[in-house]
Amino acid sequence: MTLEQAAAVATVTFDVNGARVEATPTPGQCLRTLLREHEHFEVKKGCDTGDCGACTVQVDGTPVHSCIYPAFRANGKHITTAAGLGQPGSLAPVQQRFVDAAGFQCGFCTPGMVVTAAAIEADAALTDPSELPRLLKGNLCRCTGYRSITDAIVDQHTPPEGSCHVAPTREHAEASTLGPVRATGRAGSGAVGTSPGALNGQRVVSGLEPYTLDVAIPGLLHLAVLGSPHAHARIRSLNAVKAAALPGVHRVLTHADSPSTLYSTARHESRFDDPDDTLVFDQTLRFRGQRVAAVVADSVAIAEAACRLIEVEYDLRGAVFDPRLALEPGAPLVHGDKDPVVSRLADPERNLVAELHGEYGSVEAGLAEASTVVSGRWQTQRISHTHLETHATIGWLDGNRLNGGRLNLRTSSQVPFLVQKEICRLFDLDPAGVRVFTARVGGGFGGKQELLTEDLVTLAVLKTNRPVQYEFTRTDELTIAPVRHPMTIDVTLGATADGRLTALQLGVLADTGAYGNHAPGVMFHGTSESVALYNAPNKKVDAQSVYTNNPPSGAFRGYGLGQIIFAVECALDELARELQLNPFELRRLNSVRPGNALVVTHEEGPDLVFGSYGLDQCLDLAEAALKRGNRVAAPAGAQWRVGTGMASSMIATTPPRGHRSQASVQLLPGGRYLVRVGTTEFGNGTTTVHAQIAATALGTTLDRIDLVHSDTDAAGYDSGAFGSAGVVVAGKAVLAAATALAETLVEAAASCSGTGGWQLEKDGLRGAATSLSLDELADWAAANDVDLTATRREDGALRSLAFNVHAFRVAVNTDTGEVRILQSIQAADAGFVMNPEQCRGQIEGGVAQALGTALFEEVVLDGAGAVTTRVLRNYHVPQLADLPVTEVYFAQSHDVLGPYGAKSMSESTYNPVAPALANAVRDAIGIRPTELPMSRDRIWRLLHG
Amino acid sequence: MDLSTLTRIIPARQRSDLDALGPTVVPLAGGSELFADPRAHLTGLVDLQAFGWPALTFPSDGLVIAATCTLAELSRLPRQAGWAAHPLFYQCCTALFGSFKVWNVATVGGNLATSLPAGPMITLAVALDAELLVWRGDGSDEIVPAGEFVTGNMTNVLGPTDVLRSVRVPLTSLQATTAYRKIALSPLGRSGAVLAGRLDRAADGADGRFVLTVTAATLRPVQLRYPRVPAANELARDIAAIDCWFTDAHGAADWRRAMGLLLGEEIRAELALVGS
Repeated sequence: MTLEQAAAVATVTFDVNGARVEATPTPGQCLRTLLREHEHFEVKKGCDTGDCGACTVQVDGTPVHSCIYPAFRANGKHITTAAGLGQPGSLAPVQQRFVDAAGFQCGFCTPGMVVTAAAIEADAALTDPSELPRLLKGNLCRCTGYRSITDAIVDQHTPPEGSCHVAPTREHAEASTLGPVRATGRAGSGAVGTSPGALNGQRVVSGLEPYTLDVAIPGLLHLAVLGSPHAHARIRSLNAVKAAALPGVHRVLTHADSPSTLYSTARHESRFDDPDDTLVFDQTLRFRGQRVAAVVADSVAIAEAACRLIEVEYDLRGAVFDPRLALEPGAPLVHGDKDPVVSRLADPERNLVAELHGEYGSVEAGLAEASTVVSGRWQTQRISHTHLETHATIGWLDGNRLNGGRLNLRTSSQVPFLVQKEICRLFDLDPAGVRVFTARVGGGFGGKQELLTEDLVTLAVLKTNRPVQYEFTRTDELTIAPVRHPMTIDVTLGATADGRLTALQLGVLADTGAYGNHAPGVMFHGTSESVALYNAPNKKVDAQSVYTNNPPSGAFRGYGLGQIIFAVECALDELARELQLNPFELRRLNSVRPGNALVVTHEEGPDLVFGSYGLDQCLDLAEAALKRGNRVAAPAGAQWRVGTGMASSMIATTPPRGHRSQASVQLLPGGRYLVRVGTTEFGNGTTTVHAQIAATALGTTLDRIDLVHSDTDAAGYDSGAFGSAGVVVAGKAVLAAATALAETLVEAAASCSGTGGWQLEKDGLRGAATSLSLDELADWAAANDVDLTATRREDGALRSLAFNVHAFRVAVNTDTGEVRILQSIQAADAGFVMNPEQCRGQIEGGVAQALGTALFEEVVLDGAGAVTTRVLRNYHVPQLADLPVTEVYFAQSHDVLGPYGAKSMSESTYNPVAPALANAVRDAIGIRPTELPMSRDRIWRLLHG
Repeated sequence: MDLSTLTRIIPARQRSDLDALGPTVVPLAGGSELFADPRAHLTGLVDLQAFGWPALTFPSDGLVIAATCTLAELSRLPRQAGWAAHPLFYQCCTALFGSFKVWNVATVGGNLATSLPAGPMITLAVALDAELLVWRGDGSDEIVPAGEFVTGNMTNVLGPTDVLRSVRVPLTSLQATTAYRKIALSPLGRSGAVLAGRLDRAADGADGRFVLTVTAATLRPVQLRYPRVPAANELARDIAAIDCWFTDAHGAADWRRAMGLLLGEEIRAELALVGS
């Protein structure tokens, strides 16, 4: 029996949200894929192993993970999905509460979360709030940190100062000179500074907001990849005859089909930022899982079956897995075949992708002059971004390519415009013939600043002339998608007896894996603001990023800063201990302030400026909150030791060397404004903020604003949603365009009426004697061929600085190694806060992801390049049970560069968390943890090993 | 996930339907484990749920749990007079990494037959000295003590044509006092160590034997048996002598050994208090 024949085994009948469905699932089909085949796209695929909960549905009222529920068992059952609970305009109460509480960011986990919450609510046995951690352990959210989800489920609003915090008293007020913390919670007109809910919130909570693969395309083919079983090998021969002959196979793609153009999966504004070392298919395989061949077929099942029929002979090559060994003479060369100039590599003969060696002043002299010197070595691990939506692309041609048919790529990317540029370069296509766009993107965290699926889909579409889909599995995400660079970091600090730094020395060895995507950028950025934050007359940095035959590393939230700030801030904590100085005081003494030079190994260029400064306030806010406490007591018992710790971080608000965005705002007939902006929404909340900006600049309300974004056909160029540029670059372009349109409208009203003195208001323009509605003005413009569109660009040439300070009070169980967080505090210098509730969510989410890094997460390799943590149950992403409520405080600052005085606040929130926690653990147990994650077994071993 | 190589599902309504079992055809219970891993070697499944076995039956000498009983059903096991071990059933359900939604489909038999070190139904069955009824492929029946069922990390005494039919818990175990401890690398994470202690009542009502079951930290379940609650140093010596601690993403072997010692002593102290 062939696979196709197998499909017709038995017909099942069931109903979904009250509508009858008749289907013939394949014998091994799970309910999720059957529901999605019937266009129930509200049922998401996050893990495919029953761990994440994104696919949760109710079967006869009982909630199940539909990815592990055999489809044939649906026969005769009633299925309820998120869309069956309620729809926009008629949401179920629990859905409405998710909207009101901002209980999602990217929203990909939300339909499953809502279905689960509804089941909990419906079962009287499950409504005890203390049971929520257990009941929600099968629902992973990577964006929010769960505080807002808890608020939505139990119908409360936790104030930003935290659930256990008592209302400020006179004493507290005196401790801070900063005035009240800015309010969060839903409020107001939707103008900037208020917290309207997410633009598409009602659709998100009912599962009707489409993501990348939530679309039915007739004739869609599917692509599956045969991965390399070896860490380093060359393909001697490849026989795909049997695979190609399998019924349902349309094409087998191999290195013979690959363009010979080298590129990088990493995408930046300048393509020269990353080494060109990658081919769509390479005859040399440099890590386990690298593409050997791909099959395009009628179904994933057939494509996978065909992959198993491909016969490959390999010539094995020596492999290297330790970056130290990779640098030694005689080490196997990962890219020994590359020309260092063509590929932009420091030295492929030493596996060296990039290096930085520089000194400012003399560290030797600085250390000689120091009364106290501390030094140490820190180690960080591989992290998987674990955006709930995996990488995926659907590609198709509009008509025949020979007759001008255009290539369309619908992809899960943070950088659609950069993907368009590189795809055109790789396949020698005219940009006018290529459209790249995204639907709502289900999380990114830097992982989607890579071109991982678009190239293969393009090749498949061009070879077959058919629409083709390629979707990463969760195991692909954990084994072949780039991870956070693991780094070994040496720090030496010298200081005078009164605590002034005399020297700061940094040594970094980064394992970039088999390809150099983001290797230079992560190394340079990682060593930048981490070092520049402190005034020290003598600084030295020696950093290297090295090839190995491990899976590639890439861009991850913080872009290298997370790793190096971990080491630098822990070293500073050690210095404070040696000097018997309060760690907040040590930062006050040594942190840069406006007027100070920003120095890594030389003074940073004039593009980086103090557009505002709130670090001093952040230090005060965090210290005051820590001192105030939150009345959460440590568990009883002598085995529990309590400690506190803190860390600072600084980040430039925009990536260096240019980040461009063009936005337009148009008044349309009907009196609605249309904002077009190229940047991508992936949970960062930019669409909501952009609409707020436009509404504010045009003096109107959010309900008049429509927004199209993230589409090379529909919006102006944008470098992409990375480097936290969504508000400070794209938002600034939106502000400029909306401001210009406001002037245009006043002029148009004057032309239309022949009189002056017009003022733009919410629904129209008011003149001296008469008024003109937006609708009337738009009609007049249409009739007179007047274009009411304003377009503006922002180039990100000037960059400001944002700051975050995190503090913890922890209890550590010396018997088990458990770290229990008693109080978590983050103070953020976000400039003017555009949407306080949303910004708070970004901070909470960054803290959550960082706590995963600090305590739990590690992509584990076996020492021979194979990942052993291949499913989510073996890679522990924080659950609701794992996270404290973090108190969030905003400094009162106003940036001269950012729109309305705003600064970026997405990735920076992650950076100070791991060192603050490590410093608190050190305070508690008297031993400094230097390795991430600070898992219970590692902490236990520090104490007992 | 889709098990795309399957070509048939065979509903098992009578024992002869199991004849289809073999290297590429395996039993299906809830599916939560089978459908969570690609299994390209499989061609078919035999659906045990078609048997319609009653989940829980209550003969006078104990409790019989069908292999197809879900964890959800087990977690709601009604209290029976004198069953002091009743809390252990729910406690062991909570040690499953899967959520309460997985409980709705995951089965006791599936958990045992998967034989992962962290399988909490293994902890339960072994701690209560349950007897497992195995339907051998040759048509014979065999009673296997729970402590001998799992032989290693994902290995057990079942052959490819065998099926686990049921778990019988003796009344003496149900009437015993139990104590339970679990630890993982995160508050509710996949178990790094799950230990259960059992203090039996002798026929005369006096304290009887003490049994400590160590799971999740070891490649296979380990039982330590004593005629009465042992002294702390005696128990510690025996736990320390266990030779199959292991390392994976859920904990290092040395930590697991230490947790075995720590939690074992907590259980000993708790049950000693009950006994005194």
